[in-house]
Amino acid sequence: MKTQNEETNWSGQKIVSADYMLFEAPRTKHFMTGSEVVKEAIKRCTVDASVSYPITPQSEAAHLIGELWAEGYVGTYFRGENEFGVMSEVAGCAMAGARVVTTTSGPGTLRAMENFPMWSGTRIPVQLILMARGINSPLTIQPDNLEVTFMLETGCMIWYAENVQELFDMTIAGFIVAEQPDVHVPIVTVCDGFFVSHNRESVMLPADDIALPRYDSYKAPLPPIDAEMPPGRFLRDPFVMKSNYISYATHASWQWEIRSAVARSVPYAKHYLQGLVHTTGDLDANIALVTCGTASMQAKEAQRELGKMGIKSKVVKIRSIRPFPDAELLAAVEGVEHVFVPEFNVVGWLEKEVRTSLYNKCTSTNIIGRPRVAGGMTMPAEAIIKEVLENVNKGGN
Amino acid sequence: MSLDIYKINKEFRDIMPQDILDLEDNASWGDPNRGIHDLQEKKELIEEHSLCAGCPEAAALRYILAAFPKPEDTIVVNSTGCTSLMFPHIALHTVHSLFGNQNAVATGIKRVLDWRFPDKVKDVVVLAGDGATIDIGLDYTLQSFFRQENITTICFDNEVYANTGGQESGSTPLGQVFKMAPKGKVFEKVPMWELAVTSGCHYSAKLTVSAPKKVAKVIKEAIYIARHVGPTYVQLYTPCILEIGLDAHEGLGEMKEQDKDRFADFRFVSEDGQALLDQKKEEGLL
Repeated sequence: MKTQNEETNWSGQKIVSADYMLFEAPRTKHFMTGSEVVKEAIKRCTVDASVSYPITPQSEAAHLIGELWAEGYVGTYFRGENEFGVMSEVAGCAMAGARVVTTTSGPGTLRAMENFPMWSGTRIPVQLILMARGINSPLTIQPDNLEVTFMLETGCMIWYAENVQELFDMTIAGFIVAEQPDVHVPIVTVCDGFFVSHNRESVMLPADDIALPRYDSYKAPLPPIDAEMPPGRFLRDPFVMKSNYISYATHASWQWEIRSAVARSVPYAKHYLQGLVHTTGDLDANIALVTCGTASMQAKEAQRELGKMGIKSKVVKIRSIRPFPDAELLAAVEGVEHVFVPEFNVVGWLEKEVRTSLYNKCTSTNIIGRPRVAGGMTMPAEAIIKEVLENVNKGGN
Repeated sequence: MSLDIYKINKEFRDIMPQDILDLEDNASWGDPNRGIHDLQEKKELIEEHSLCAGCPEAAALRYILAAFPKPEDTIVVNSTGCTSLMFPHIALHTVHSLFGNQNAVATGIKRVLDWRFPDKVKDVVVLAGDGATIDIGLDYTLQSFFRQENITTICFDNEVYANTGGQESGSTPLGQVFKMAPKGKVFEKVPMWELAVTSGCHYSAKLTVSAPKKVAKVIKEAIYIARHVGPTYVQLYTPCILEIGLDAHEGLGEMKEQDKDRFADFRFVSEDGQALLDQKKEEGLL
């Protein structure tokens, strides 16, 4: 690694604080795809390592991170052999003290699945940018987000970006929050494949001659595996291999600790994301459309159209899936009579999350897990409006 | 800084176990000529082990740890299996990640250590069983060879899935009856030492651990070549005496038998690897 002074990183970018990068640095307007803003975000994050593997629709983001390595912005980069290998390789990178990013989609996520609870159990703050894609057979490459349901209980933080701008900002904030010493768990930054990865939108970016401070692995709750610091005996006590009460208790408490670490991300995430839930529309409405990702865009369009019809509604966009923002959701839907959960998958995982979160708290609220589209189908605003009219208006307003 | 990590804070010396004190006071850290001869005099880097009585893996690990040229800067990546029972007892930075992904994890570690510490020698050694290396992890083992990663891969070949109760592995010899092969194994032992050569390793060796000095020499050679040239592979016969019906004292005899049979010495060194070994000999390190 090239020598750096306190003011610049190895590629000569000026080091700035996370707050300056996200909130204070002047921004200029660009017209970019989701894949392109991943490159722009990583360029500003002083990333040590990335490992890639091709799968649609995330391949372009992975190529562009490779270009950053060729340009000297990323420390080390290579193509792995498959997603299971890649997720193990980035784990090794992080264990050795690196800030690491990788990307995948759909079948790649499921192929790599064994690694994700290992990541959280190892307390490595890897960032996975997941560009959601269908996982069903027959083969599909369409933007269905069923894969997210498999990620929910892996012990990783999960954020969900609505659009290209959010993907840029969340990618930067993701490193900052995941690397907090009292958090220090992996973060999965999700966006809908194609709808965000390939969609070109206006986006406001800070200059590219500034970057986040380097990751300091010596502040981690577990030491990096670099033979530079104690303990010399990383696994001194072989509790893992004992079948006794101590072993059970240790494993149980470690799992609780991982979930507690995810929960401890809340104040940081609230600050850097400027809220785990964003509510727009008529704030005093009796109808709420609770969404995440690009379903939020469609819900906002439906909200506008419903308004023209004289029906008040609001859109409650969930930005953090893990930790799930129970208090913020409750505050956003308190007193609401009808909650609709439009989503891009067949099982309704977000509806289940919403029901669990509101159970016994909003007893008079009717939760409707529709519209639900799957297989990569688009979700026209009309589908949301139709559900609202059928379930709420019941014959006219 | 690496050597300092084994130094105990003076305030804590009076409460530290003797084996930890011995690690600071009498282990062979920082000695480029450390080796198998230290077993008689120096504190070993493994304290006890939790393997079966008489298990040759325990002996193999003692020889290997004695042979590491620079243990204070060596990371060991292991995998699930009998070998994972030993690693909590080793005085080095070790990693257990998943079953079979050891060469992928080691790749990530080595790449980043080279990035973070370009002016330091940091050896990364994979040590896993035959199931992890040759079956479930074969892809990752071979791919690390193809990519020319600077890693030493050591396979403890006991020719069986021992830790899960004695099931056939790809490394089991033809005809051997084990669980999941109740009529005997129907295909030949996978010739991993040969695959290592065709996959790009600069050093490949197959031997038993019946002769400590020979094992130590092979390990040193493999690590030096991995450090400076490219990937290296060592396959050691460490029989599961339990699963082949031998008593605790019979492991050595079994290995001596196999010195003449399946584990007759195999040694391949690439041209570049040999040049490196010649250089190390001149430096008095081999």
